[in-house]
Amino acid sequence: MIELTIIGRGGQGAKTAAQLLAEAAMETGKYVQSFPEYGPERAGAPVKAFTRIDDSLVRVHCAVNNPDIVGVTDPTLLKAVNVTEGLKQSGILVVNTEDSPEAIKKKLNFNGKVFTLDATRISIDTVGKNLPNMPILGAILKATDIVPLDILREMVRHKFEKKIGKDLTDKNILAIEEGHKEVKNA
Amino acid sequence: MKLALSGNEAAAYAMKHINPDVVPAFPITPQTEIMHNFAGFVADGEVDTEMILVESEHSAMSAAVGAASAGARVMTATSANGLALMFEIVYIAASTRLPIVMTVVNRALSGPINIHCDHSDSMGCRDSGWIQIYSENAQEVYDNIIIGMKLAEDMKIRLPVMVCQDGFITSHSIDVVEPLEPETVKNFIGEHKAIYPLLDVENPVTYGPLDLYDYYFEHKRQQVDAMWYVKPTLRQIFADFSKISGRAYDIIEKYFVDDADQVIVTMSSTAGTAKAEVDELRKKGQKAGLLKIKLFRPFPYEEVSEALKNAKHIAVLDRSLSFGADAPLYSEIKSALYNQNKKICSYVFGLGGRDINLEDIKKVFSEIQKLDNTCHDIRFIGLRD
Repeated sequence: MIELTIIGRGGQGAKTAAQLLAEAAMETGKYVQSFPEYGPERAGAPVKAFTRIDDSLVRVHCAVNNPDIVGVTDPTLLKAVNVTEGLKQSGILVVNTEDSPEAIKKKLNFNGKVFTLDATRISIDTVGKNLPNMPILGAILKATDIVPLDILREMVRHKFEKKIGKDLTDKNILAIEEGHKEVKNA
Repeated sequence: MKLALSGNEAAAYAMKHINPDVVPAFPITPQTEIMHNFAGFVADGEVDTEMILVESEHSAMSAAVGAASAGARVMTATSANGLALMFEIVYIAASTRLPIVMTVVNRALSGPINIHCDHSDSMGCRDSGWIQIYSENAQEVYDNIIIGMKLAEDMKIRLPVMVCQDGFITSHSIDVVEPLEPETVKNFIGEHKAIYPLLDVENPVTYGPLDLYDYYFEHKRQQVDAMWYVKPTLRQIFADFSKISGRAYDIIEKYFVDDADQVIVTMSSTAGTAKAEVDELRKKGQKAGLLKIKLFRPFPYEEVSEALKNAKHIAVLDRSLSFGADAPLYSEIKSALYNQNKKICSYVFGLGGRDINLEDIKKVFSEIQKLDNTCHDIRFIGLRD
């Protein structure tokens, strides 16, 4: 079973990202679970959302405490939250930051794989707003191969086009693709 | 077809496929999303339901009683304080023998105020005369609501059914659900048959008259008899349901129980977490097992007694308390085992949504191996000192 945590700030789409990943994984025949941490959320406060992906029915219904993958949607969270807490030694950390993967590795004293990208800039360039969840999703797919990019693209189109229109959907898909392209690792 | 649905979305889908005549509703966290989704189906014309947006849960259950007495197929949903506000009419629905199906999204009943899961709300209604079915995951939520509708409307039973699911843990978690075809559900539950409907003006009847010491007692006895039919009828419905869905259920679920030395007994989503830990312990050679109680009212005493006859050590995990008395599930299990000399211990966990993880379950399995006598004090899981 693969367990993933997305740490974000309220309003950045951590829940949406975790859920999209689960739904895309389900399309590939996997069993999934996805849920956010429900506390006193408000825009800007640190929030977490989780996804589990497995070959058989996901039976556990507890919080994800030892994820394989952590995605961080806001650079300022590195100071506010211990983002590697519980992350497996061999785990994967994907961070929205202008810093290099090496710098983050050193800063957090983390020995697993680190991937970084400037998801804020990518989302402003593509969607026109600071909505870093889509580039982070693209980066997670590059870092892990848990879901093929095509399937996520189709899932986003299927879920978003009716709600937000073709133009904005295309921009979101572009944000995913740019995140997938630009992410660097160490 | 597999869909990624939350427990609340699964409940709304089940309601859509049942297509009830009347749904009175009032919002409360974490139930709100069910009615939010169902209201969408009503607005889009996907169901024929008349939705009544009432001013409180007391009115929601009152409208449900009125509509069901009039001859309609009625469903609703609530949580915690909403269920508490309905309480008076919850009893009236059962004693009037109205086959209403209500999803209860379990949430801690204040105070202090808390929106997260425990079973204190539905446990407060365990003596109300409603049938209670508890769901482990979103698939079971969907299935139990459809099964519950057929059970409620059975001519021998005609009792209201609460289908419970864990607030947030199940209600707001995306899960893989395989809904049935709407046509299959329609045929499975069949036509709604009204008994003495108020709207049959050619044959006028009275509902809710004064019932004193002359007949009240006999009417209560009839509720006892109706409950007696639930277990055999539900077994038959489970068998029929497995034919249309391929999913086999029973009123209790034994997971590696038959040869188990240590057995945890619990309900709802925690049963899933416990199954995962049983798998781990079995790999290491420990004979661990999990007994899930799906039907809590009427309580399956004989089935539990039979299922646990080989168990050496038993832990009962309750997600609610009865202050000054045994916790609700523990009380029933102890009662079911009264003539077996078992080592059994009461654990309380997860109040107000406190997480229970695999480590916690593992610790219980390890602790109960060392039980030498029945333990008398409640043990608390994940409680700060």
